[in-house]
Amino acid sequence: MLLEYLQNYLSILIFLVIAIGLGFAFIIVNFICAPSHPDSEKLSPYECGFEPFSDSRMKFDVRFYLVAILFIIFDLEVAFLFPWAVTLSKIGALGFWSMMIFLSVLTVGFIYEWKSGALDWE
Amino acid sequence: MNLLIPEFALIISSLGLLMLGVFKKNSQKLINNFILVLLVILIGIIGVNYKDNQNFFNNTYSVDLLSNFMKITVLIAVIFTNLISSQYLRNQSLTRFEYSILILFSVVGMFTMISANNLIIFYLGLELQSLCLYILASINTTSVKSSEAGLKYFVLGSLSSGLLLYGCSLVYGFTGSTDYYVIANSFLTSGDALKFGLVFILCGIAFKISAVPFHMWAPDVYEGSPTSVTTFFAMAPKIAALAALIRFLHIPYANFYADWKAIIIVISIASMILSAVAAIGQNNIKRLMAFSSIGHIGFILAGLAVGTKQSLSAVLVYVFIYVLMNIGTFACIMCIHRKGAYFEKISDLSGLSKNHPVVAFSLSMLMFSLAGIPPLAGFFAKFYIISSIIEQKIYYLAVIGLISAVISAFYYLRVIKVIYFDQPVDNYDPVENIGIKFSLAVAIIFILFYFIQPSLLSNIADNVALNFK
Repeated sequence: MLLEYLQNYLSILIFLVIAIGLGFAFIIVNFICAPSHPDSEKLSPYECGFEPFSDSRMKFDVRFYLVAILFIIFDLEVAFLFPWAVTLSKIGALGFWSMMIFLSVLTVGFIYEWKSGALDWE
Repeated sequence: MNLLIPEFALIISSLGLLMLGVFKKNSQKLINNFILVLLVILIGIIGVNYKDNQNFFNNTYSVDLLSNFMKITVLIAVIFTNLISSQYLRNQSLTRFEYSILILFSVVGMFTMISANNLIIFYLGLELQSLCLYILASINTTSVKSSEAGLKYFVLGSLSSGLLLYGCSLVYGFTGSTDYYVIANSFLTSGDALKFGLVFILCGIAFKISAVPFHMWAPDVYEGSPTSVTTFFAMAPKIAALAALIRFLHIPYANFYADWKAIIIVISIASMILSAVAAIGQNNIKRLMAFSSIGHIGFILAGLAVGTKQSLSAVLVYVFIYVLMNIGTFACIMCIHRKGAYFEKISDLSGLSKNHPVVAFSLSMLMFSLAGIPPLAGFFAKFYIISSIIEQKIYYLAVIGLISAVISAFYYLRVIKVIYFDQPVDNYDPVENIGIKFSLAVAIIFILFYFIQPSLLSNIADNVALNFK
């Protein structure tokens, strides 16, 4: 009875073994084969190009803001797309075309930002 | 669906023009002319369907006489702003095509606000309009003052939007709906709770129309923004916010008259008195116009507080006359430049009577009209409001209105004194721009000759007020 019950979990056990084995295998292979050039920079925490611990009143490129804002717009778009996709069968043609109009308006904005050079770093 | 043609035309053409502008170099002039023609055609389209009355999208969007009247007023304001400012924009090298398109987008927002019959749609329109205005205020990126104006406007504007949204969420929480009609019907079950929402929403709208005590941004933003943007700020957004306020007070909150009457009266008295007193110390004509607009908003709110059909009609007449007075005044301000450099100090107006007698005469007539001196149009605007207040026996409001009008006459008259009696400094450039000449002519003719047939405008406004609701 108990054995039967546990048999249901056999696939998970196999999966776990393979996953752990693969993980270790990659680390060991990497340890043996990879070229090693130690550098203090490689160990420092990385945070979007800034010093993680410093005075907060510092200058940095305003283009970071631009990229962040453009990112947020498309991030929000995805946030709208998920509930839309889940309920698409219920909201029908009206819901579908509403989202298409929204996306096309957003595309116009995207073309504008692309053409006006907001995506070029230099 | 015919009644939604203006909105669709605006949205589609603004998106199309954005693409045109970004793909075709130096298309600013083309876009500007297209927008001008489009707006004139839209006045025609709205005018043809003027009497029609219909709700769209499950009662969230209503096109009626009030919305048509306000939309035409907005369109007139935008068209004349466009005509007045083309030369200024060229001289200040603000010839970015985004400028006109932002104005077009904000007009979409205003139309949505004017017709909104649902809290969410109202907020959507308000934000669409405001976001465009924030960018417009800071469109002159080479000027520190312009950037400062944009930032100030943005920070305070988002705060007020937050207040408004909080009010909306309270109303939604207590009634379970954002629909104006449903809110109106649930006043019995959740009466007191709805008053909290009312207060917050009124705060948000009072900010947008720069009524005291939410006026602090107005003088700084008016002064810092490019003059063409100030012209736009002084008229179009306020009309839209007023239309939204009228609809908001008269449909969902119609049963709360006693509550909002008190709030509106306090805001109105504060606006009238503050603008009359604070404008005395101003040296900058754009700041002066900011305080003047606060005072006019005070008068409009005084009319709203009365809450009768007659007072609503008076409010509409006032809004229309206010727009035309502002068109004229800003057209005059746009004339004061030497070799392409613009002047904003009131003392710079000295000697205007010598080298620009026509502009000087027009500006003094406009100042008389803003002060409310008969027989100019500004007098009639104030007269309708005051008489509708007296009719409802709210005497103290009428008395305070009259006193503040008298005080504010001082600073309007001071401008006239500078124009005619101060020593001239230098010659100003001649006025060559046809747009400024035309706008000034229209405004002056309207203001000077309004008294011949005052019933023309007031009949239209009466009709709108009677058919509202």
